[in-house]
Amino acid sequence: MSAGAIVPAIAMAAALALLLGAALGWAATRLRPDTDSLAARIDALLPQTQCGQCRYPGCRPYADAIARGEAETDQCPPGGDATARALANLLGREPRPVNPEFGVAAAAMIAMVDESRCIGCALCLPACPVDAIVGAPRFMHSVIEAQCTGCGLCVPPCPVDCIAMAPPSSAVAPRGRRAA
Amino acid sequence: MLQVLVGLIPVAVVQVALYGPGLLLQLATAGATALLCEGVALRARGRNAAPELRDASVLVTAALLALALPPLLPWWLTVLGTAVAVLLGKHLYGGLGQNPFNPAMVGYAVLLVSFPLEMTRWPVPLGTPGGDWPGLAGFAWHSFLHGSAAAQWDAYTGATALDSLRNGLAQRYTMQEIFAEPAFASFGGAGSQWVNLAALAGGLYLLARGIVRWRIPVAVLAGLALPAWIMHVVDPGAYAPATFQLFSGATMLGAFFIATDPVSAATSDRGRLVYGAGIGVITWTIRTFGGYPDGLAFAVLLMNLAAPLIDRYTVPRIHGHPGR
Amino acid sequence: MLARRTFPAGLRLPSHKGVASRQPLRLAAPPALAVVALDQGSGTEARPVVRPGERVRVGTCVGRALEPSATAVHAPTAGIVRAVEVRATAAGAGSGLCVVIENDDSDEPERECAPIAWQSLAPGDLLDAVRNAGIAGLGGGAFPAGEKLATARSRAVGHLVLNGAECEPWICCDDALMRARAADVVQGAQVMLHACGASRCTIAVEDDKPEAIAAVRAAIAAAGDGRIEFLALGTAYPAGAERQLLSAATGIEVPHDALPPAAGLLCQNVHTAAAVAAFVRTGAPLATRIVTVTGSGVRQPANLEARIGTPVAELIHACGGYLSNPQRLIAGGIMTGRALATDEVPLTQAVNCILAATSHDLARPGQEFPCIRCGDCADVCPAGLLPQQLHRGVATGNAALLERYGLEDCIECGCCDYVCPSAIPLTAGFRAARAEARMRHDAQRRANEARERHARHERRLKAAAEEQRLAFEAARRRARGEGGE
Repeated sequence: MSAGAIVPAIAMAAALALLLGAALGWAATRLRPDTDSLAARIDALLPQTQCGQCRYPGCRPYADAIARGEAETDQCPPGGDATARALANLLGREPRPVNPEFGVAAAAMIAMVDESRCIGCALCLPACPVDAIVGAPRFMHSVIEAQCTGCGLCVPPCPVDCIAMAPPSSAVAPRGRRAA
Repeated sequence: MLQVLVGLIPVAVVQVALYGPGLLLQLATAGATALLCEGVALRARGRNAAPELRDASVLVTAALLALALPPLLPWWLTVLGTAVAVLLGKHLYGGLGQNPFNPAMVGYAVLLVSFPLEMTRWPVPLGTPGGDWPGLAGFAWHSFLHGSAAAQWDAYTGATALDSLRNGLAQRYTMQEIFAEPAFASFGGAGSQWVNLAALAGGLYLLARGIVRWRIPVAVLAGLALPAWIMHVVDPGAYAPATFQLFSGATMLGAFFIATDPVSAATSDRGRLVYGAGIGVITWTIRTFGGYPDGLAFAVLLMNLAAPLIDRYTVPRIHGHPGR
Repeated sequence: MLARRTFPAGLRLPSHKGVASRQPLRLAAPPALAVVALDQGSGTEARPVVRPGERVRVGTCVGRALEPSATAVHAPTAGIVRAVEVRATAAGAGSGLCVVIENDDSDEPERECAPIAWQSLAPGDLLDAVRNAGIAGLGGGAFPAGEKLATARSRAVGHLVLNGAECEPWICCDDALMRARAADVVQGAQVMLHACGASRCTIAVEDDKPEAIAAVRAAIAAAGDGRIEFLALGTAYPAGAERQLLSAATGIEVPHDALPPAAGLLCQNVHTAAAVAAFVRTGAPLATRIVTVTGSGVRQPANLEARIGTPVAELIHACGGYLSNPQRLIAGGIMTGRALATDEVPLTQAVNCILAATSHDLARPGQEFPCIRCGDCADVCPAGLLPQQLHRGVATGNAALLERYGLEDCIECGCCDYVCPSAIPLTAGFRAARAEARMRHDAQRRANEARERHARHERRLKAAAEEQRLAFEAARRRARGEGGE
């Protein structure tokens, strides 16, 4: 290649690089994926425990935060490492295990009200994010096992400590259905 | 695996009879290299080498490569090609059952692109003017050990039919003039038509025994013959007839033995038809318009690339699911 | 009589059925101790309604079905209830709650048993009666027959198919039943037609059972019921699989995400039909079933009519005992059965065969090689799947791939294992992956429900807060209005 041909070649390559770089930068800001539909897709991967361990008030707010780029994928202990990995795969980020700062993944638990000690104060009812506790003031309170997500938010409000987290009974534990 | 080697016996016999005993040297070298490389690779991967070596599937790779290579190749090229086939074409991807590309074709393609001169020197087949067996045997042994000086090549080698076709067309000869050359015989290339017939016989044997299924070979041959026939009817002077395409080069070997490697091919029934047809069409395209005389190796590798996509779009209908 | 090919896939397996069907069907002696499992094979236990020390008669209800998928369980012998405890069974978990009855050899029947005039019963009452008869599917599925018939009635099923295929090697209990009691099978069909409201019935039998075919056709002719017809199927494994059988017998494919009643079809085993006929004839709940005891490890293989709850060891003893130490003792067939750890498990309605298999009967496990995508498995898969792709999904844990290639449609028949040249245990992998997929779907369903409830919870709180705000505003306006500005 003659010396005279090198300069235009370099100039052309540089111009191409600048042009493409500018186009990519513009696309990154102006052609962002629709965050709402992205948040919905993220929310579909979350376990819906609504426990707040991720420091957001529920699973959808956490999903919104991830979609906006404000939260990491490793903040959901009930989802465990599997959920963290699925979130990272969806977003094209490096998979990270659940950050212990937010909690530790534990076996699925169900809240159980010790009905003999319940005083009917109804303080636990509003605490449940999925309305799985039935009862009324001065009436017996009970947790509907099949609807409890195990978030544990009902335990602190109880003034007599009559709610405990326990493994689900076999009637509601995930059981393989028979094939047709 | 043994049955496939049995199916290759007719091809080997005919090739030795027509092109000299160089093939035997190639087979031995390739076979030994393949077993050695496989053993080393399995050990390096921490696997138990004995069962897979006993299965001898790597010998099929070695045999196919040796049959595709010119019999006058120096030993170091054969070793290189086989090592590339087994190590880069197979074990790099995870060994048996994991290779996305046909290992023998990987080895062949690497050699062809890197050593174009040595890889296109085929002896003149015996029975045509210039063929001489005892001299060829000695020359093959000499060439195997040392490679050869250029002057000696001309005494024993000549253009293959596909070479002549390409050069003739480039020089604007008509098909009749080209086919009058000594490299051409009654229905295919001189010498190579018999090799293809032998490969066809071996392939039909494998079909009868159920070792290979009909879809890939039939699709390859159809994909090659159909465009050839159509274009030959359209312009007989510029396009070779279908029979020639079917009985020259590595067509039959490729259709029955190479393209049918199940690991690198598409896996559904419909997918196999598409895969085979693609190989046939691409081979015809390269032979007619491309830069290499025989495009089968590249056609196979290109369709290997396409196989996962083909699989994705040719999933058969599952019982109880709506019609596809 | 139409001979129709079942489907292009599947296998022709060596039959081995003559081994046990050579012998005539005979009655096995009632056991000294009847161990009645409260889960007769459907996966759901009945609730025990007897206590140790109580006396029961033949036909006394010992377990009540509180869920649609449980079958009522009755005492097969008369005697004292020794215990209600967990024992080893042939069912899923390997053990389950059982009612143990000490046989007092009186065989005293339950008092209220009387023949049922089923033709004059309203279908709803007939369904209730069948439910209380404690009859489950006797072909191996063990789903409560009454429940199946009730679902069929509510979905307006028009076509009943009786499954007499018995496609698995070694098993010939249905063959023996049809040869000995074809009239019961046909009468059972008529009862079922009345109960579920279907308008026609096809009895489908594989063509390797010529005597059974003759007997059933004669019984159909004798009954003179134009709604019932016969169909001979080409012999292939697994022609008796429910969806494949229905497809072969009616030409209709049940959609993959639905059960047969959604396609207007119902499938019942011929043995179940015969049990229903026996029930209406005597009014007594189910107490026995026919079971094939066979294999090279049994001295005199035969078909036995045995009481539910008979220990497998006694069944083998009734067939001359073990000829040699079997390599495996299988409850069910050689392709789909379950290997037992002990022969002390009791007979249930789900066990159609006891196979004492020696190494001669079993395939030798070969050296497992990686999959080479040869596609032999896809050629034989009766569900039209690509097992080589599913195997890749199982090996890499790729749930999305498994779903795309239809793992949920695998019927676990074992055909792919049988032909795999690389000796890969495909079916075992699929079974495990299917269980994992079911749990994943279950978790997903619960998460979706929780999301719904949480959304409603938020809406409710917002509405309550809004209501409070409006009330506060109204009160403030009232206060200002009264107090003046």
